[in-house]
Amino acid sequence: MTNTDTSPTEEATPHTDGLAARLVVDRGSFRLDLRLTAAPGEVVALLGPNGAGKTTALRALAGLTPLTEGALRLDGRTLEEPSHRLRTPPEDRPVGVVFQDYLLFPHLTALDNVAFGPRCHGVPKAEARAQAADWLDRMGLTDRAGAKPRALSGGQAQRVALARALATRPRLLLLDEPLAALDARTRLDVRAGLRRHLADFEAVAVLVTHDPLDAMVLADRLVVVEDGRIVQEGAPADISRRPRTDYIASLVGLNLYQGRADSHTVTLDGGTTITTTEDLTGPVFVAFPPAAVTLHRDRPDSSARNLWRLEVAGMESHGDQIRLDLTGELPLLADLTTAAVAELSLHPGRQVWATLKATQTHAYPA
Amino acid sequence: MTERNAGAEPKAGAEPEGATGPTEVLGSGTRRRRLGTPRLRAGVPLPLLLPALLGLVFLVLPLVALLVRAPWRSLPDQLTSVAVWQALRLSLITATAATAVALVLGVPLAWLLARARFPGRRLLRALVTLPLVLPPVVGGVALLLALGRNGIVGRWLDSAFGVTLPFTTAGVVVAEAFVAMPFLVISVEGTLRAADPRYEEAATTLGASRFTAFRRVTLPMVAPGVAAGAVLAWARALGEFGATITFAGNFPGRTQTMPLSVYLALQSDPAAAIALSLVLLAVSIAVLAGLRDRWMAAT
Repeated sequence: MTNTDTSPTEEATPHTDGLAARLVVDRGSFRLDLRLTAAPGEVVALLGPNGAGKTTALRALAGLTPLTEGALRLDGRTLEEPSHRLRTPPEDRPVGVVFQDYLLFPHLTALDNVAFGPRCHGVPKAEARAQAADWLDRMGLTDRAGAKPRALSGGQAQRVALARALATRPRLLLLDEPLAALDARTRLDVRAGLRRHLADFEAVAVLVTHDPLDAMVLADRLVVVEDGRIVQEGAPADISRRPRTDYIASLVGLNLYQGRADSHTVTLDGGTTITTTEDLTGPVFVAFPPAAVTLHRDRPDSSARNLWRLEVAGMESHGDQIRLDLTGELPLLADLTTAAVAELSLHPGRQVWATLKATQTHAYPA
Repeated sequence: MTERNAGAEPKAGAEPEGATGPTEVLGSGTRRRRLGTPRLRAGVPLPLLLPALLGLVFLVLPLVALLVRAPWRSLPDQLTSVAVWQALRLSLITATAATAVALVLGVPLAWLLARARFPGRRLLRALVTLPLVLPPVVGGVALLLALGRNGIVGRWLDSAFGVTLPFTTAGVVVAEAFVAMPFLVISVEGTLRAADPRYEEAATTLGASRFTAFRRVTLPMVAPGVAAGAVLAWARALGEFGATITFAGNFPGRTQTMPLSVYLALQSDPAAAIALSLVLLAVSIAVLAGLRDRWMAAT
């Protein structure tokens, strides 16, 4: 918010090549304000809960939703800058979009869908179809070239949509929830295929997803968006190790707390303390995975410093594990095996003791 | 609200033959058929059943009467007369031309109403819909005042280009298009509204201008709606009477279409009127059959 007032000309110009944008879109009570930069060849994932403004950001990049403020530059060319009354319409932007439900033209064959872009860019019909055939070949879809979209499977439709977007040779490729419309099994295959194609793609790719796994597998860098603004960005591994909000923590399956550190002890707002291995002072985050928590029926004699009395509030099976939602001194999530849950005869309302080794925690400055 | 009402209207107008109603109900789907007959006796309350049957009779009886009283023996002679063919040919040509005019002007107008955002759009839609409910004779009078030889535009057309529309075959086309175009506009607008505008967006991200997106993506996708609207408009144009006789008059071979010659024949030669009516009825049934196969099943 502090740098909202800086002139748009001097902001967002760190790269000459690639994407440099500050996207501001006002929509009634909702305001999107993101700063996005990406180098050619980089894959950036916008990750966030529903309604965070990810899709709005994508539409703004494509030119389908006008910016209220800010600027959008691609490879040094300014595509949009409201303060200069500059706005390139979507058809003149070197941008390709893979829509969430693909939006393949139902009356055209897969081949003609892919040839549509080149045709619009003035490529003669025969040449456009040859290019399209080439793209379909790369996607392993040569035998589906004559099929209408409704005859394609979800995974095939996704690849046709990708081929169609790539066929215009965009300098910015946008993917809106590229795997959301697929069932779990297809998803795995398509994700692997998409990863390969994105790795080959030489320009900037921005994908929007609410699935952390998709984001981590596909992207070089994550930008976590909540309520219209960036709450954290960085490499996937970095974000999962050091989440900065509850949303990210629950997304990557971590317990996350904010408190004040004094050497190895972190005191949370409620007064509960967590002992950590890191030696820090001042405001910090403490994170630990649910699997690191051990539960006991009776107060254990162990020397664990992190010992809390809790109550089981909810249980949910999570693969072969059971994730327990515990409330009390330190509300937390714990993952136990089914056997352990049976042995402790855990059920909602049950009082338990939880221990956590300091070495399993991870504290970092807030 | 308005478009929904208006959208239902042309459909009602397209099936004046109530006879198709019950056969369709009985014929559609095995489950329906299985439940059909016992339900009818047991479940339908009398206060609904009686007026329903009466309504059915009311719609079917006149058509039956037409068939019963038809001069079947002299029919071949009646139908091969020059006057009939002249009127039928003129009707088919003018109705087709009027539909073409309605397509060229009406589809873009429907797009404007469905997609563009501008102040006064509701008012514009109301104006477009007005000829649907306006008595055609009033439409004819209005056309005379606009395009007649002394009309506000017609005077200028006459002096600048020497073009006069009233009492010409072109005038028939104008009158029919005026009455029929709203059917097409409303039908196409409804289809456009139902079509997902994001396909147009997808097309623009691929480099298509808005017009290209419309031509290559939207139009093919709404083609069934356009075809339906065109058929409705054509049927309406074919039956047009009031506006045609007011604006274009009643000259055999030039402006005397089938409905006009039916009306005139009824006064001099009722048998001929019946024969002509049968032809129009046959055309209507053909249109309805065409509609059912082409797009009614699809929607």
